[in-house]
Amino acid sequence: MATVKIPPVLRPSVGGEKELSAEGDSVGEILQAVADMHPETRSQLFSSDGELNRYVNVYLNDEDVRVLDGLDTKVGAGDTLVILPAMAGGTV
Amino acid sequence: MSPSGAELLRQIKSRIDEIDPAAAREQASNGAVVVDVREAEEWAAGHIPGAKHVPKSYIETRIEGTVPDRSQHVILYCQSGNRSAWAARTMLEDLGYEHVESMTGGITLWKDRGYEVEVPRTLTAEQRERYSRHLLLPEVGLDGQQKLLDAKVLLLGAGGLGSPAALYLAAAGVGTLGIVDNDDVDLSNLQRQVIHSSERIGIPKVDSAEQTITALNPDVQVRKYALRLGPENIMDVLPGYDIVVDGLDNFPTRYLLNDASVRLGIPVVSAAILGFEGQLSVFKPYDGPCYRCLFPVPPPAELAPSCGANGVLGVLPGTMGLLQATEVVKLILGEGEPLIGRLLMYDALAARFTEVRVRRDPDCPICSRAPESISDEEMGVFPDYEAFCAGAH
Repeated sequence: MATVKIPPVLRPSVGGEKELSAEGDSVGEILQAVADMHPETRSQLFSSDGELNRYVNVYLNDEDVRVLDGLDTKVGAGDTLVILPAMAGGTV
Repeated sequence: MSPSGAELLRQIKSRIDEIDPAAAREQASNGAVVVDVREAEEWAAGHIPGAKHVPKSYIETRIEGTVPDRSQHVILYCQSGNRSAWAARTMLEDLGYEHVESMTGGITLWKDRGYEVEVPRTLTAEQRERYSRHLLLPEVGLDGQQKLLDAKVLLLGAGGLGSPAALYLAAAGVGTLGIVDNDDVDLSNLQRQVIHSSERIGIPKVDSAEQTITALNPDVQVRKYALRLGPENIMDVLPGYDIVVDGLDNFPTRYLLNDASVRLGIPVVSAAILGFEGQLSVFKPYDGPCYRCLFPVPPPAELAPSCGANGVLGVLPGTMGLLQATEVVKLILGEGEPLIGRLLMYDALAARFTEVRVRRDPDCPICSRAPESISDEEMGVFPDYEAFCAGAH
């Protein structure tokens, strides 16, 4: 069971939660589990070919999973996944 | 009978070694430590470059702090070569230094030979008082304060993030602050944009910011750009600045800024806020990743909250803007560990900071290339540029 941190823009799609717990042994499995629980997040996380969308960064603890093994990166029980879409909200 | 002062000086000079300015100059380049033993005001009027300063009256108490190694070759000088002879005698006979010489003719002869003299820049009495708490910090000190006064920082926006950043950078004595903003002060700004005030509603933000900054610190020169940053003007605005503080509210301009700053080699201290959360990072071209390495493409409009008006906790841009100002000051001073290659996330409700690593993308469309190869036409361009955030200004 890993912890998944949900960014503000995705929270409306997960019932307002800031953190979820999800089952899975890899980054891909855990994100699939999130998408299964909260279907609205699927198109935001994954592109049509099942890869992570380019505008979404996912970090295993503090490391970008793209420099690890991508969606195949192994995840331990105590690990945290951080989902980070780009934010731009400055001076408005 | 006691000897006269002149006779005593002759005796002392016969007991120490003297060195000609030409030889002193050569020895200095070979590692000899040159110490100016004159008074502070004489030192301030000009001294030998690279020399240390220990006034003759403080030789006994302070020379060990400047030259701890008693076997070090030391060359002392004063105005004409007499006071340095006395000081050399003290160091050799009383303090046990082994290799001390007095420069003949002092700095007067040095100058006559046409050798270089460094005139240290000094702060005015008012500046010494204003920045006294900086001067007390070894990491800032006089040199650091001069760096701040010499620095040119461009603030993109005099809004939520730019207001606190501008206030503290001005207070710190950052000598030139450029401000880009084409909005007027609005009542709804004042919940967070603390550089403005109620009586300035309706006037341009750059004018309001200038008034506040000038009242706070007259050392600061404000350059106002009442415009919206775009491809047509960015290469006119950015050149000449040392650091850009980015509080931009939209993705197209963020990409444009990234590409221009990589091309010009200007570090960008970037922050973004939404609701109760903020992000912060420093993008220093070629030292660390750029914005495109972090986010190669922007999110679709429905996931880009900047495209519409959103709520923001008024104190949050204050926190994030001051973290930006802190990074700016660190970059100017060259102190500490700047937030390069790291993204800091702040959750105000949880009172929690999280940090993730950001790597340079070896295939980055911008910063994997030589800066001069980045053309005007491709700056700020990304897929679906035209469709992105349609209707967003």
